[in-house]
Amino acid sequence: MSGAAYLRFELRRTFRNRRFLFFSLGFPIALYFLIAGPNRGELNFGDSGISAPLYYMVALAGFGTMMGMVSTGTRIAGERQVGWTRQLRVTPLSSSAYLRAKILTAYALAAVSIAALYLAGAALGVSIAPGRWVEMTLLIAVALLPFAALGIFLGHLLNVDAIGPATGGTVTILAFIGGTWFPVTSGVLHAVGQCVPSYWLVQAAHVALGGGAWGPEGWGVVMGWTAALAAAARWAYRRDTARA
Amino acid sequence: MSDGVVLDGLVKTWRGPSGPIRAVDGIDVGIAPGETVALLGPNGAGKSTTIDLLLGLARPDAGAVTVFGRPPTAAVDDGLVGAMLQTGQLIRDLSVRELVAMFASLYPQPLPVDEAIELAGLEPLADQRTQKLSGGETQRTRFALALVTDPELLVLDEPTVAMDVESRHAFWSAMRELSSRGKTILFATHYLDEADTNADRIVVMAHGRVVVDGPPTAVKARVGTRTIRATLPDAAEAELTALPGVNGVALHGDAVTLVCADSDAALRALLERYPAARDLEVAGAGLEEAFLELTREQ
Repeated sequence: MSGAAYLRFELRRTFRNRRFLFFSLGFPIALYFLIAGPNRGELNFGDSGISAPLYYMVALAGFGTMMGMVSTGTRIAGERQVGWTRQLRVTPLSSSAYLRAKILTAYALAAVSIAALYLAGAALGVSIAPGRWVEMTLLIAVALLPFAALGIFLGHLLNVDAIGPATGGTVTILAFIGGTWFPVTSGVLHAVGQCVPSYWLVQAAHVALGGGAWGPEGWGVVMGWTAALAAAARWAYRRDTARA
Repeated sequence: MSDGVVLDGLVKTWRGPSGPIRAVDGIDVGIAPGETVALLGPNGAGKSTTIDLLLGLARPDAGAVTVFGRPPTAAVDDGLVGAMLQTGQLIRDLSVRELVAMFASLYPQPLPVDEAIELAGLEPLADQRTQKLSGGETQRTRFALALVTDPELLVLDEPTVAMDVESRHAFWSAMRELSSRGKTILFATHYLDEADTNADRIVVMAHGRVVVDGPPTAVKARVGTRTIRATLPDAAEAELTALPGVNGVALHGDAVTLVCADSDAALRALLERYPAARDLEVAGAGLEEAFLELTREQ
């Protein structure tokens, strides 16, 4: 019936899990100061045309939120293991309300993670026009759509033992290809990178400089992955009624 | 609401590690509204699969399920069904009260949260986080979740496993309260005394089939009402089975148990055929013996 109440309780219990919050919010911040701190003077970082603190602010906000999005999968796998998902299926809660709550909870986590990285960025001298902050954030939010679907897909596909390595590995590889750790501006890696959504997540930093950060190519890649992973997530969710 | 639950010719095969397993092999059961029915059988009898089919968690390979005249998923979506499934943990980071409130929010006409908590005897634990509950407390919380939904049909898969005696008592008195309000209840159990005491009707399952379906008294009458125990060296099972009045035989070394439809005739014949029989005991058989006998035949 009321998906709104279900969402409220999902949010409440996610934000109550202090250890989970500490690590998922803390790591990107720590990495940011470790990587961007020594390079704070770089104004044209690795020929990307933007400063190192700004580059890494967006890159690590992207990394943290990617992790946050797929960590939905970890929580889903845990709920499946204890039989909670099956229990929910014999309630009137609709599939769409269930999935919506999972996605919105992941976005709520992402919002906190982004805000924390923005504060850290400001501490290292990142300064952007207010409108650009908003535009950049919206672009990041769009680029996270495929990862929201990925989390649900993996969560309903894998068991608790497999989910950690699967999500950790996937995000690490995508972050590497996408240029989270250093800018990728040429070569094979660049060609490959442009085909994955994490690349465009990092590219959201370019709006800070004005102009569109994504061309049609960027939108095409992000939307294509979103459609493909959403279909995969729907498939995994539907087939997953058996006793775990 | 006139139809209750109808299971019609259900067949379900799972893929097992060593080939297909026919968990449910042609089941026909009807449950009238307001009835309390026990689904009784040993592990692997097909009880949980039957419940999965009834709740729409699995689709039958053949046959059909209707719940209050509609497909199970529709009955679930309409909030007519409350279920307490077998797998028994809860999600963490919510208090008992919050979890019950969350469940209540999913249903069209839930009980007041405090009433469900009280019925399940959880008041002292209402503000406890779910991850801190003991096994029995967890089970009682799951019971509160099923109660708060206040459904027309309540389906419980081995509900009292892990409950202590006191919880079990509270559980069944809450069930009787629901039953008196006209709710339909189906519970799976292998606690035979529970089925005997709490159900209007018992459906005994073995190897995916319904072996007996009737009131507890009929289930007992269907096989022996008494057992004879004796110490009897070198007895042959076939000969014992052939004795008049005997329905079933269990041999453990020299110890013989005869399940009897007519224990008087059986005892006379036993002593005539085996004068060496000693340590004789005749006892009224509970459902336990009836159950052993019924499921052993398969």
